[in-house]
Amino acid sequence: MCCPGCQAVAETIVAGGLDNFYRHRDTQNANNSLIRNNSSEQRKLELALFDDPSVQSSFVKTLDEQQREALLVIEGITCAACIWLLEHHLRKQPGVISASVNMTTHRARLCWDESQTHLSTLLGEVDHIGYQAHPYQPNREEQLLEQERKRAVRRLGVAGVGMAQVMMLAAAMYAGDMSGSMETYITQFMRWASLILATPVAIYSARPFYNAAWRDLKTGSLGMDVPVSLAILLAFGASIWATVTGTGEIYFDSVTMFTFFLLIGRYMEMAARHRTGRAGNALLNLLPTSAVRLDEDGETLVPANLLKPGDRVLVKAGHTLPADGIIVAGHSSIDESALTGEYLPQTKSDGDIVIGGTLNVEHPIEVEVTETGSDSRLSTIVRMLDQAQAEKPAVARTADTAARYFVAATLITAAVVACYWWLTAPEDALWITLSVLVVTCPCALSLATPTALTAATGTLRQEGLLISRGHVLESFATATHIVFDKTGTLTEGNLQIAEILPLGDLDTQRILSLAAALESHSEHPIAHAFTPHVAIRAREVEVSVSQGLSGKVEGRRYRIGKPGFVAALAGCEAPTPPVGNGLWLLFGDEQRLLGWFRLDDQVRPEAASTLAQLKQLGLTPLMLTGDNSPAAQKVAASLQIEGVSSGMSPEQKLAHLNQLAAGGAKVIMVGDGINDIPALAGAQTSVAMAGATDLAKTNADAVLLANDLRRLADAIRIARKTRAIIHENLGWALLYNALALPLAASGHIPPYMAAIGMSLSSLVVVGNALRLSRRPPSTDS
Amino acid sequence: MSIVILLIPIAIILVSIAIWAFFWSVNSGQFDDLESPAHSILYDDDDELIPSDARRSDKPADHQRNG
Repeated sequence: MCCPGCQAVAETIVAGGLDNFYRHRDTQNANNSLIRNNSSEQRKLELALFDDPSVQSSFVKTLDEQQREALLVIEGITCAACIWLLEHHLRKQPGVISASVNMTTHRARLCWDESQTHLSTLLGEVDHIGYQAHPYQPNREEQLLEQERKRAVRRLGVAGVGMAQVMMLAAAMYAGDMSGSMETYITQFMRWASLILATPVAIYSARPFYNAAWRDLKTGSLGMDVPVSLAILLAFGASIWATVTGTGEIYFDSVTMFTFFLLIGRYMEMAARHRTGRAGNALLNLLPTSAVRLDEDGETLVPANLLKPGDRVLVKAGHTLPADGIIVAGHSSIDESALTGEYLPQTKSDGDIVIGGTLNVEHPIEVEVTETGSDSRLSTIVRMLDQAQAEKPAVARTADTAARYFVAATLITAAVVACYWWLTAPEDALWITLSVLVVTCPCALSLATPTALTAATGTLRQEGLLISRGHVLESFATATHIVFDKTGTLTEGNLQIAEILPLGDLDTQRILSLAAALESHSEHPIAHAFTPHVAIRAREVEVSVSQGLSGKVEGRRYRIGKPGFVAALAGCEAPTPPVGNGLWLLFGDEQRLLGWFRLDDQVRPEAASTLAQLKQLGLTPLMLTGDNSPAAQKVAASLQIEGVSSGMSPEQKLAHLNQLAAGGAKVIMVGDGINDIPALAGAQTSVAMAGATDLAKTNADAVLLANDLRRLADAIRIARKTRAIIHENLGWALLYNALALPLAASGHIPPYMAAIGMSLSSLVVVGNALRLSRRPPSTDS
Repeated sequence: MSIVILLIPIAIILVSIAIWAFFWSVNSGQFDDLESPAHSILYDDDDELIPSDARRSDKPADHQRNG
């Protein structure tokens, strides 16, 4: 057990008979800060706020007199065992009617009897087992996504069921045709049955294609949806005609299969897009739920969204600022890395401006609120992102220019052929025209791109790169520049001990364990660097503001921190720190100085090799960072990045990208922080790191799930291979059409042969695309 | 052969019932989470559902299997 908090969690789980959890879970990284936060007094008071009917009104439904239903978002879920634990633990509580947790969205639906229990008690129980529940308030956009998802599943289901039934009848009819033993009235009956079964597929399931095609036609561009809709409607129409008149061929099987396969591709793309981020709790993790307001009669705990400009709030050490404001009393250091990219906490005192969503690290401060809600800095960034997204370069639509000309050519040819045969032999005109359209059916052509993209997306997902928007592979293949953020992207994003210089006779190991003993009593980000080295315990540890720590280890008094502070204890002059980037800490006891520690943000171990590979692939790496310390230049130098811009605000980053794009560059942006979000949203292609905030992930086109930069180089290789395969596929489809078209136009191919040819060419295309599912040989093993 | 005249309409009716059931299950949220049910079937949390006479008595072996 790492701390009393974890122990309490484990005891609750075992006492509840839920110890199976420890057998099932497959991740061990319990969220320590969450558990610590849960056991605090503040959290208990905060929970009590949730029993207030006015607070509940936004997320609790009253089912009848006593029954209530709440929608919650649960923080801290890592695997399926968490879901099991949460559901079982909640269902065991008296008064709980039902509890279900969704693993994909981390949302919980909790139904309870108000006469037996209260919401705060149940939320407290969630806290007890090491998670944290927040009210879930779906915004409009998210409700739309939910509807879109359900509609897509319904369409897919109808297409699947319809296809299976029509195929079954089609098999019987083909067999009947071949043996010639089927009576005509049965064939005719089966045709009618196929018509009934295929109608919902053609009318309901295929509707997204018709809508998109109609939109394309209105804007005057011929996208891939136009030939797809045309193929479905014409084949369906011709089949109806054949059924009603009892002559010719039917294509219900082709129609349903074609629709089903295309819908699968669309559905998977949509599912990936929805998975990358959960917009509903995007801001949740950034702003606290409650704040301590200072009134004349003392402190009151209020929900953070009720704060108004002019209110004075108390922000304790380790808490997040609930709104933008000015410090009126106290001084502390503030961790602003999420918003600015500065990796060291900034010292702030009276009169300094602080931003909502940043973390107060050291000491309690009193803040006068200046901006809340939509005026705050955080909301401004979010708004900027909407704007950037609207102006995003429209690459996706240029993907099928080749298809556009082809579609136009096909339609013209079909029209010419129809006219010619109408004039020479009107009785054959319909079937020959149909053959032409079926032969040139854009099936192979329209499957060429999506099948290759689906296969490549699947491979990349196994490799640890989740693609959420369709144009990513295309843009990856053609990219010329790749722009990195520094903190958290090229570097690990937290302070680590980079160097230890002993001054006295103690060895580095001893100094490190003594210093770690002192630092284990601090919550400061600096202290986290020492956490892995804590072995012995210190007593009487005192924190001196912005100076350092002092305490006793094994009977001797030590100090660590600023040179002056430590030297004062040893009774000597403060020495100047050695040369080297980062933060220098001095360590000493009452007699002498013992050593220097250099803390720095470490460059990711794989960064250098990744950049070398990217350069080899012909991309120009650049670095844009909000950090304006010399560290930025140093990181760039060690990774051999030539183009570096430091001290950039989120607006400047976006402007820089737009400038690059205006110069003809095709840019991939890789980032993680809130300050990168506008740039991520505005870049042609954007990739968020796995550790990025939810908001960043939602707005990125792809997420590096593996948190390993090397996947970027792999992705570019796969993207280029995908492009090659798409070209092969298109080439094949066009070649087939070029050969078959003259034959069909001259009346040498009956429609059933055309249908077989069409299926074969589609199979070739799909088979070729499946080559992408084989993993590429790893280059870094 | 004429039996198909009866069987095919029955198949169509069954299909429409299946589609109705599918729509109902989508709307009632059964397709919202496609991940956790796949895992939950593996959990040995059904001890109370096993009839007492069918329970295994070799506890040590049971532990070994799960350990």
